[in-house]
Amino acid sequence: MRRIVFCLLLLIAGPASAQDLGAVLEVSRDQIAKPSRQTIGPVIDEIAASGAGAVTFLEAWGDRRLGLTAEGRFAIVDGEATIDAVTGARITEEVDLLRPNSGVRGLIAAALVPAQLADPDPVRRQAALDALGRDATPGHLPALRQALQDPDPGLAARKARLERLLTIRFDPDPAARVTAIDSFDGDDGTDVQAALSPLLATSRVAAASLPETANIAARLSPGSDDLSPDAAYRLLVDAGLARARLTEADQKSALAAHIEGDQVAGVPVADLADPAARDRAYAALAQAGTLAPAATAEEVEAALKAHVFADIYAEASPEVTDAARAALNDMAFRKRVQQGADLTLDALSLASIYFLAAIGLAITFGVMGVINMAHGEFIMMGAYTGYVVQTLVPGKTVSLIVALPAAFAVTFLAGVVLYLLVIRHLAKRPLETLLATFGVSIALQQMAKNIFGTQARPLTAPDWLGGAISWGEVVSISTIRVAILVLALLFLGLFLFITRRTRLGLNMRAVTQNPGMAASMGINPDRVAMMTFGLGSGIAGIAGVAIGLFAKVTSELGSDYIVQSFMTVVVGGVGNIWGTLAGAALIGGLQKGIEVLNPANTLAAQTWMILFIIVFIQFRPRGIFPTRGRFVEG
Amino acid sequence: MLIRKYPSVLIFLGILAAFTIAVTLMSQAYGTGAIPTSMVKTLGKTLCLALAALAMDLVWGYAGILSLGHMAFFALGGYMIGMWLMYARTGEIVAATLANAPIPPTPMELQQGITSQIFGVVGSSDLPLTWAFAGSLPMQLLLVLAVPGLFALVFGWLAFRSRVNGVYLSILTQAMTLALALWLFQNDSGFRGNNGLSGLQNIPGLGHVPQATLSVWFLWASALALGLAYLLASWLVAGKFGSVIRAIRDDEARVRFLGYSVEGYKLVIFTLTAMICAIAGALYYPQAGIINPAELAPIASIYLAVWVAIGGRGRLYGAVIGAVFVSLLSSWFTGGRAPDLNLGPFSVQWVNWWQVLLGLAFVCVTLFAPRGLSSVIDAITGLRHPNRRGQDLGPDLGALREQEAEA
Amino acid sequence: MQAFGPILFGGMLGLSVAGSAAAQDGDTIKIGVLHSLSGTMAISETTLKDTVLMMVDQQNAKGGLLGKQIEAVVVDPASDWPLFAEKARELISVQGVDAIFGCWTSVSRKSVLPVIEELNGLLFYPVQYEGEESSKNVIYTGAAPNQQAIPAVDYMRDELGVEKWALLGTDYVYPRTTNTILDAYLKDNGVAAGDIFVNYTPFGHSDWSKIVADVVALGNDGKKVGVVSTINGDANVGFYKELAAAGVSADDIPVMAFSVGEEELSGLDTANLVGHLAAWNYFQTAESDENTAFVEAWQAFTGNEARVSNDPMEATMIGFNAWVQAVEKAGSTETDAVLEAIVGVEVPNLTGSTATVLPNHHLTKPVLIGEIREDGQFDIVSETEPVPGDAWTDFLPESAVLDADWPGKQCGMFNTQTNSCVQVQSNY
Repeated sequence: MRRIVFCLLLLIAGPASAQDLGAVLEVSRDQIAKPSRQTIGPVIDEIAASGAGAVTFLEAWGDRRLGLTAEGRFAIVDGEATIDAVTGARITEEVDLLRPNSGVRGLIAAALVPAQLADPDPVRRQAALDALGRDATPGHLPALRQALQDPDPGLAARKARLERLLTIRFDPDPAARVTAIDSFDGDDGTDVQAALSPLLATSRVAAASLPETANIAARLSPGSDDLSPDAAYRLLVDAGLARARLTEADQKSALAAHIEGDQVAGVPVADLADPAARDRAYAALAQAGTLAPAATAEEVEAALKAHVFADIYAEASPEVTDAARAALNDMAFRKRVQQGADLTLDALSLASIYFLAAIGLAITFGVMGVINMAHGEFIMMGAYTGYVVQTLVPGKTVSLIVALPAAFAVTFLAGVVLYLLVIRHLAKRPLETLLATFGVSIALQQMAKNIFGTQARPLTAPDWLGGAISWGEVVSISTIRVAILVLALLFLGLFLFITRRTRLGLNMRAVTQNPGMAASMGINPDRVAMMTFGLGSGIAGIAGVAIGLFAKVTSELGSDYIVQSFMTVVVGGVGNIWGTLAGAALIGGLQKGIEVLNPANTLAAQTWMILFIIVFIQFRPRGIFPTRGRFVEG
Repeated sequence: MLIRKYPSVLIFLGILAAFTIAVTLMSQAYGTGAIPTSMVKTLGKTLCLALAALAMDLVWGYAGILSLGHMAFFALGGYMIGMWLMYARTGEIVAATLANAPIPPTPMELQQGITSQIFGVVGSSDLPLTWAFAGSLPMQLLLVLAVPGLFALVFGWLAFRSRVNGVYLSILTQAMTLALALWLFQNDSGFRGNNGLSGLQNIPGLGHVPQATLSVWFLWASALALGLAYLLASWLVAGKFGSVIRAIRDDEARVRFLGYSVEGYKLVIFTLTAMICAIAGALYYPQAGIINPAELAPIASIYLAVWVAIGGRGRLYGAVIGAVFVSLLSSWFTGGRAPDLNLGPFSVQWVNWWQVLLGLAFVCVTLFAPRGLSSVIDAITGLRHPNRRGQDLGPDLGALREQEAEA
Repeated sequence: MQAFGPILFGGMLGLSVAGSAAAQDGDTIKIGVLHSLSGTMAISETTLKDTVLMMVDQQNAKGGLLGKQIEAVVVDPASDWPLFAEKARELISVQGVDAIFGCWTSVSRKSVLPVIEELNGLLFYPVQYEGEESSKNVIYTGAAPNQQAIPAVDYMRDELGVEKWALLGTDYVYPRTTNTILDAYLKDNGVAAGDIFVNYTPFGHSDWSKIVADVVALGNDGKKVGVVSTINGDANVGFYKELAAAGVSADDIPVMAFSVGEEELSGLDTANLVGHLAAWNYFQTAESDENTAFVEAWQAFTGNEARVSNDPMEATMIGFNAWVQAVEKAGSTETDAVLEAIVGVEVPNLTGSTATVLPNHHLTKPVLIGEIREDGQFDIVSETEPVPGDAWTDFLPESAVLDADWPGKQCGMFNTQTNSCVQVQSNY
C-alpha cells in the first residue's frame, strides 16, 4: 500500500522537478554508485534539496532498492516493478543493485529526517525519529521543532523528548540548554547520558598560563594521582615548551656515533656494558661540547614549575558543563545500582544453567553414589536430539515441544542401557565406574563427531523465546535464559515431587538408605536403581536442549560442563538437592563476581572460581549441606 | 633380596637395555638408519610416557589414590625445563646479534632482547617474575622437581588432611588440573598462553649436534630414567613401605588404627610420584619440541589411568606395558597408517573410529579383564589370583578386586 | 613383558622399514599435505587438504611439473601440536617431499617451524595470521595484520563512523597480537585509551550475557560503538545469539569478524548475523572468471553443489600455483633454488588482481570487506588494491624498525636502525 502511494506521488510530483534530480545524479553518478561516508555527504544534501522525487530516490537508495542499468540510468526496484528514478518510466532491462554500506545508509536516513518528520505515515515518522536518535545534526533541531505536533500521542512524546535532547546538544543559547538539562532530572535514559557525556569531553593542555575564557574542568599539578611528572613533562615536550629527555636508546646511538678507536670519550668500548660507564662517557662528550647536553633533572623540575596544566572542556559555557556534570553525577549512582541488578540476573541465569546441567548428576551421583563421567555426553545427546528434531519437524515451536520429550526419551534409554551394561556390574566400585563411564564418554563424543562433524550445529529458539526482557535500559535478560531458569525451577519441583510423593521416590530413598532392608521389603533394588539412573540421564538430555538453545551444539558441549557439574554437586553437598541449588548459586555468583573485577579476561574468572572451589572443599569436604546420619560413608 | 623377590626386575631391565641398544644400532646417527629420526623420537617419548604410567601405578595401583592430575605434574616438569631451553637458546641468538653492535650490551639490554623475542609473539615485553631463574640450568632443573613436588605436597596435604578420598579426590585432582590448564592458557600468566613454549628440540649449546644424534641421546636418557625409576619403585613396593601403602589401599581405617600415619604415607607417595612424572615430562618435551596448555587438559590424566588399567594395575610392568602398547597403537591408528576397514557400504576410517574403539575396549577391560594385558603374562607364568569368593581385598574404594590380585 | 617385547619390537621395525621404502621413488615429485583430518581443527583443515589434492589433479592433467607427475603425500597430525612437528619431520626426511602445504593454527606453525628450518624444507602457510614472523623456509600466503585488521578498522572508522572500540577475542596468540597492534594503531590515530575495551574469552565460550552488556554499555555516552571480533570458531554462535537477543542490530553496533568465513557460516543460522561484517582477502561472491571456474571445479571435485569456498582455500591455491611457477622457473624442486625463484613470482588471484610473492615471503593481497547475507554468503562492500603484506608491523615500536628481505639481505628479522640482522632463524 505504502509503495503504491509512493509511486503515485512520484508520478504526480516527479516530472516537475525531474530536471533537478536528473542533473544532480548525472554529475555524481560514480559517487552514488560507490559511495563513501567520508565524501558522500554533500551529494546527499544536493539530492535532498533537489525536490520531491528526491525523497523516493533516497528511500530506495537507503533500502538498497536502487540500481544502475547497463547504460548508467538509476532505477528503483519496487517489488516486481522497476522504474526509472528520474522519469518514473518502466524499465525492463537488467539492473545492478547498489549496496551502500551502513554508514552511508545512516547519512541517507539523516537526510530524509526533515521530509519524513511530517509524513502522514506513522511508520516513516518513527523511522525518522530512529534516525534522529542515531545521527542527529544541528540542522535537524529547527526541523524537529516545526514538526512537534503529532496525531499519535506516543510519537508526539518521543518528539518532545528528542527536541529537548537536541536542544542540549545543538541549541546556541546556554540558558535553553541548561533548562533542557534540568528537565531531565531523575531520568536515567541512555539517550540522556549520550547527550550529556559529550558536553564534558576535555582535553589536557600545558601552557605558561591559561586563557581567561577557558572553561576549566580541573587544574592539575604534576606529581598528583592524575598527572605523573613524566606525563606532565611529555605534555610540555609535545607542546614544544621543553626539550626531550635522553632515552637509553638515544644515548646508545649517540655514543656509537662517537667511537674513536676502541674508546668513547676516554671510556673503553668494552666497559660500556655498564650503564654507569655510559653515563660517564656521555657526560664527557657533553662537556666537550660534542653532544648537546640532555635535559637534566633540575631543568625538568624548573620547567614543570614554570607551567600550568589543566583539563579544559571543549564546551565553552561553564553553566552548561556544570549542569551536565551535576545531572551525570546524579545518574551515576542509579546506573550502578541497575548494573548490579543486571549482574545479579546474569549470575542467576548462569546458576540456573549449572543447576540444570547438574540436577541429573545430583540424582545419579548424589542419590545413588554412582559416578557417571558420561553425564556430559548425555547432555550433548540431548542437544543433538534437539537439532535432529528441528531438522525433521517444521516450525520452531512445534519442534521444541517435540524435542524436549524426545531428548528425555533418548537419554533415558541411553542411561538405562549404560546402567544395565556397565554400571550394574561395577556396583560398589565407584572408581572403576568412573573410569568405565569415562571410556563410554570418549566413545560417545567421538561417535558424535563422526556422525555430526566437528562443527557447531544450529539449534534455534522459536521467536517468542528470542528477544530479551528488560526493566529500564540497563537491566535486561534474554528470554531464553528466563526460560531456562523456569525449566530449572520446574525440575527442582519435579525432583522434590518424585522423591517425596511417588512410589518410585519412596523406593529410591529406601534403596539409597539401606539396600538390603529395602530388598527384603520386596523392593527390587536393581530395578529402582535402573529407573533412577534413567531419570537422571533423561533430565540431562533436557538440559542439553536448553543449553543448545542459548549456546551451541557441538560434540564438546558435554565436556564443557562436566567438571562444573560435578563441582556443583560436590560443593553443595552430595545427596541433597538444596545443596545442588546452593552450589549452583555459589558457583554462578562467584564467576560473575570475579568477572566484574577483571572484565578483560573471562578465562581468569573461571580459573579463580575453580581454585576457590578446591580450597572450599578442603575446608568443607562434605559441601554446604553435608548429609548426616549413620549411612554416610567416606 | 629385591631380585629374589621380584625376578621380573632383571627381565625388565634386560629387555629395556636390549631395546635401547637395538634402536641405537638401527638409528641414523649410530647405526644402519633403518629407524628414522622421527621414529626414534616417538620411541623415546613412549619411554617417558611409560615412566609417567609407572608413577601412576604407584599412586593408584599400590596406594589406591586415583589421581586424575598426574599429567599436570608431567606438563609442569616440561614447562620448567622448557623455560630454560627457550630462554637460553634465545639468549644465544640475542647475544650473538648484540655482539655485532658497536657498543657492548648491558645485562639489562640483553635481558630485554631475550624478553622481546620470547614474549613479543604474544604482545608483551616484560619478563614475568616466574621466569626469574630461566637463565640458569641448575636452578631450572631443581625447579623441575621442586615446583611439581611442592605443588603436590601442598595439594596433597590439604586434601589428605581433610580426609578427602575416593571419587571426591579424583574429581578434586581433575579440577586442579583444569584450573592449572586454564591458568596457563591465559597470556597474562606469562607462559605464552595457548602458544606455549616451542622449539624445545634445539638444545642450547648443542646447536652443532644434529637432531638424529640428539634423539638417540634422549632415548638413552629416557631409558635410563625409566630403568632407575623401575628399580626405585620395585625397591619401594618390596619393602615395608610397600606393604603399608598396599594396606592403605585396601583398608585405610585398619592401618590408621594400627598406628600408622596414613596421611604421611599418602603424602609421600603422592609427592614422589608427582616428581617422577615431572622428570618424565622434562625428558618428554625436549623430544616433542613444543608444550602448550592443551597437554594438561584433564583428559590427558585420564588417559594415564587408562594405560595403567589396560596394562594391569598393581604391578609395575603392567603400567609400562599398558603405556607402551596403547600409546604406540594410538599413534599407529591416528597416524593414518592403519588400513581402512571395509564393511560393505560403510567403511571404517580408523583415524575417526580409533577413539571409539579405545573407549569401548577400555570399558570391556574394566568389566571383563581387570588385570588387563598383564593377564597374558600371568597365564604364561602360571600366576593365579587368590580365591576370596568374589570379595575384594579390602573394604576401601581403591582396593584391588579379587581377579586383580596376585595369589 | 617377555611375551610382548619381541612382538612390539617387531611391529616397530615393520613400521619403519615400510616408511623408508617409500622414499625411493624418482618418477614423481612429492609434496606433503600437513592438515589435521581429525580432532578439533579437522573441519577447517580437511577443506584445505581437498583443495591441495584438487590443485594436484589439475596440474597433473595439464601434464605435471618438469615432465613428472606430482604426488601428494597426505598425513594427519590430528590437531595435536607436537604431532605436527613429528609429521613434518617424517614428510621431509622419510617421504622426501619437496614442499609442504599445511598448518592452520599459529601453534601448529610454530611447532613445525624448527623442523622445517633444520631440514631446509619449504612450507606454504595459507591462513591469515598475527604476523611478527618471517622464516626463510615458509611462504605466508594468508594475510598479515596490515592486509586484514588495519584496513578493516579503517573501514569501520571512516565508513561506519565508529568512535569506540570493543576488541573481543578468544584467548590465544592471534587475537592477542592482532589486538595489541590494533590498540597501538587506534591510539596513534587519536582514540583515547578509555574508548577501547578489550576482552578475552576461552575457546568455545558460551556465556556471553555480561560481555554483550558491557559492549552495549560502551555506547551510553553517545559514541558509536564497533566490535572487532577475533572470536574463534564455535564461540561465535553464542556471541551472535546473545547480541541478537539483546536487540543489537548491525546498524547499532557493527561487528567486524576476522575469523568468520563462508565455511563457518555454513553451519550457522545466519538470521542473527545479517549486516555484520567480515574482512578477508577473498569471498566466494567475488566477481571474476577465475573465481567462477575455481568454484565450479571445487564443487565438481567434492561432488557437492552447495560446497562453499573460502579465503584460506584461495590462499592455498595461490601458494600452489606460485610453487609450480617457481619450480618451472628454477627448473628444479631443490628448496634453495625454488626459494630463489619464487620471490617476484606473480599469480592471478580469484578477485581479479594478481598476487606477487614479496622478498619477505608474504604476498600482495587486496582487502575485501563483506556484509553477511541471509544465505550465508557475503556482499562485498569494499575492496582495495592489492596491499603488500608486512611481516613486521609498523604500529608496534619494537617491530616497526624490523624488516625481512630474504633474497636481498638473507635475513628474516633485519633491524633497519642498526642495520644488522637480528636473527636468521625464526623465534618460535
